[in-house]
Amino acid sequence: MHPAHDCQHLLGDLSLYLDGAASAGLCAEIERHLADCENCRVVVDTLRKTVHLVRDLPAPQLTTSARERLYKSLDLAEFLTAKP
Amino acid sequence: MTDIDERALVERLQAGDKSACAQCVELHSPGVYRLALRLLNDEAEAEDVVQETFLNAFRAIGSFQWRAGLNTWLYRIAYNAALMRLRRKPLNVTVELPSDDGETLATPRELFDWCCLPERDLESAEARAELEHAIRALPEKLRAVFVLRELEDLSTEQAAEALGISPENVKTRLHRARLWLRERLAGYFSEMAAAGKEA
Repeated sequence: MHPAHDCQHLLGDLSLYLDGAASAGLCAEIERHLADCENCRVVVDTLRKTVHLVRDLPAPQLTTSARERLYKSLDLAEFLTAKP
Repeated sequence: MTDIDERALVERLQAGDKSACAQCVELHSPGVYRLALRLLNDEAEAEDVVQETFLNAFRAIGSFQWRAGLNTWLYRIAYNAALMRLRRKPLNVTVELPSDDGETLATPRELFDWCCLPERDLESAEARAELEHAIRALPEKLRAVFVLRELEDLSTEQAAEALGISPENVKTRLHRARLWLRERLAGYFSEMAAAGKEA
């Protein structure tokens, strides 16, 4: 049985863990806890998946007309070329 | 762009070379626009911020210092311009403010394991729209860090420089933003799974 305060204590370090930036000692502590705590395992797995889905989002882009307006407003219209 | 290329570009900008200005806009306007749009949630305002950013940058390029790269400096200008606009917006324009300002680390409440859902559900247009909606609803302080670190791929130090906060603050806010989005997605996928079972 894991003490509930461990969950709260480790919660703040989960991004370091997911980003591979946690120390070896902290990683071991988190992994010991996860082996025993289903709730935290779900949080870690879904947090990892959330980051993955975010990074897969298509990036918004300036429209062609917005790009043209930008170049003109900066007095750079002469450098407007079709986007590669 | 290598460090050497960037230094050459800055030198040309400082000399008032218009082709360097165009190159700078071509290279950095996509990122500046993405940041402005994510912060303001308004395409026209984001466009205005991009324009303002480059106008201000070209005027101030003489005082540019190599504390961080050119892109970090431009993000900082854009962030400040967007922030000014956000401050001017009446509060009722800001939609779906969460119950706190993101400064506290909320205990996760949604414990549904949605990782096992089929990829087609996780990556559907509706799920993406939900995620976009959730990002738009992130508390402002968390959103700026989240966009720069997660979507613009800045390092902790670069994001800290762009936003004028400490690297520790960047780490904390990024983590809170992720947890906040996880909670939001868990609610969405949990409802989706429940609806699927009932159908």
